[in-house]
Amino acid sequence: MWRWLERSCLYLILSAGSVVMLIPLLWALSTSLKTLDQINAWPPRWIPDPIAWSNYVDIFNKLPFGRYLLNTAVIVAASEVGALITCSLVAYGFAKLDFPGREVAFILLLSTLMMPYVVRLIPLFLIYSQIGWINTFLPLTVPELLGRNAFFIFLLRQFFRGIPQELSDAARIDGCGDLGIWWRIMLPLSKPVLAAVAIFAFQSAWDDFLGPLVYMGGNPELRTLAVGLYILRNVPGQLPMIHYLMAASMLMILPVLAMFALSQRFIIQGITLTGLKG
Amino acid sequence: MSAKVPAAAGHVAARRTSLPRRLHRLRGWLFISPWLIAFAVFDFIPTAAAFVLSLTNWSGISGRFEYVALDNYRELLEDRLFWKSLWNTVYYTFISVPLGLAVAFVLALLLNSRIRGQTVYRTLYYLPSVVPTVAASVVWLWIFDTRRGILNYLLGLVGIPPIHWLTSPQWSKNALIIMSLWTIGGTVLIYLAGLQDIPQELYEAAEVDGANTFQKITRITIPLMTPTIFFNLVIGIIGSFQVFNVAFITTGGGPVNSTLFYMLYLYNNAFSYFRMGYASAMAVILFLLVLVLTICVYRSSGRWVHYA
Repeated sequence: MWRWLERSCLYLILSAGSVVMLIPLLWALSTSLKTLDQINAWPPRWIPDPIAWSNYVDIFNKLPFGRYLLNTAVIVAASEVGALITCSLVAYGFAKLDFPGREVAFILLLSTLMMPYVVRLIPLFLIYSQIGWINTFLPLTVPELLGRNAFFIFLLRQFFRGIPQELSDAARIDGCGDLGIWWRIMLPLSKPVLAAVAIFAFQSAWDDFLGPLVYMGGNPELRTLAVGLYILRNVPGQLPMIHYLMAASMLMILPVLAMFALSQRFIIQGITLTGLKG
Repeated sequence: MSAKVPAAAGHVAARRTSLPRRLHRLRGWLFISPWLIAFAVFDFIPTAAAFVLSLTNWSGISGRFEYVALDNYRELLEDRLFWKSLWNTVYYTFISVPLGLAVAFVLALLLNSRIRGQTVYRTLYYLPSVVPTVAASVVWLWIFDTRRGILNYLLGLVGIPPIHWLTSPQWSKNALIIMSLWTIGGTVLIYLAGLQDIPQELYEAAEVDGANTFQKITRITIPLMTPTIFFNLVIGIIGSFQVFNVAFITTGGGPVNSTLFYMLYLYNNAFSYFRMGYASAMAVILFLLVLVLTICVYRSSGRWVHYA
């Protein structure tokens, strides 16, 4: 009897918690499909009637969201290439090659993980403005392509280290060089961590706000989705626009949710990897 | 080299073969070189430059600046808004981080018990964490709306009068703390990973000795989870001291500077008031604060973190 009561309580708490987690998203989705008078209706209704699909079309007329999407895609692409190619090559060096100074270099790598990014924000602005990079894509693509992301290198290195050395040795005897070992042994065996890193790279580039705002926000042609959403939020008289604001937010949220639905196994594995002591 | 070869010849031969070999050993540097360049250009030089810039009056617009010694730091000490932003950030950190750690821990314990649909629950709790912060902030702006927001509507159903979440200085920081709890899914997952590592035999042994659930949690689970709690604490502090997006988008620092967090004031100085030198001094102070705080947590960890 007690056992039964305990279990019911457990399910009740967990379910209530899940509903609380979901409410903000459902509320945003609902608002994004309402007309203005439905938004002002009190008490609020959860299911819009009629459903105002046109909100999603209208926002493209308000602001060039197509363009914002393309700009975001450029940054996402650069961080994917940087994460999957450059970071994994660097990680291979740290995990599988023994060279003098490796430990020191690795400690430097770890130290950048603890460094507040704000310290670099202003000096980088100075450097970029000196070399004419402000209001171009370069500040957001070049560092990523060079594998600046220490976190990805760390994750990949941890995983590569777990791959038995005998496999590399066997490949070497068969005449494989380091690049061959990386390409034919490491990458095929590291699919879970590569998937996790790919997803994190997507998320962080998609979500980045301060970088695009500071380094290329001055050029309206180069705004990303995140910056565009911020601009939309700050249009004077913003309250009547709440349905547009929610539609634009959903536009930014839905691709991430779709990706999450397709790959949640890898994401959860990835998070789990980060929590393991390194 | 065989020992029969005369010493001098052996030495020469050894050098001949070992030069390529030595170069071969250095190929690791080749592999890490892209990162090394990125580290030097985008991490090391800027970090060092922050200290130098903090001693200047650079505006950010013109290329010229003068050395002003410690003037920026002296001015910061008397800047009322600097102290206000520091206090706001400390308040936010010291409430949202421990609260988040505690709530996430309880959730992880519940999710770790033998329940049906564990994957579904785990997914639902993690879902908000994948929502982009800019979009999440805009969504919460609407949830916190005093007149038509869903939160005040739901509270109204149980008879609580409308709260001015983001428009009163009493509530604004707490509203952002509530919002931060929405994204604790990542912390929950890290806890869950830690919980999987606790040997099941320990609980079985405790049961044999007649321990109840509460005793098992306080005597086994919590002590063995301290390394994970510690990890989440450090990550939480570093992240929370740099909180920016949420406040920048929802309140812009208001009302009456009640959500003017450190990063927000730094951003304003740099990119609105064009005082890059002054903002650099703030960046240096933040860097030192986070460093000192992390060191304090590390030093205290010897007393409460158990490593197996």
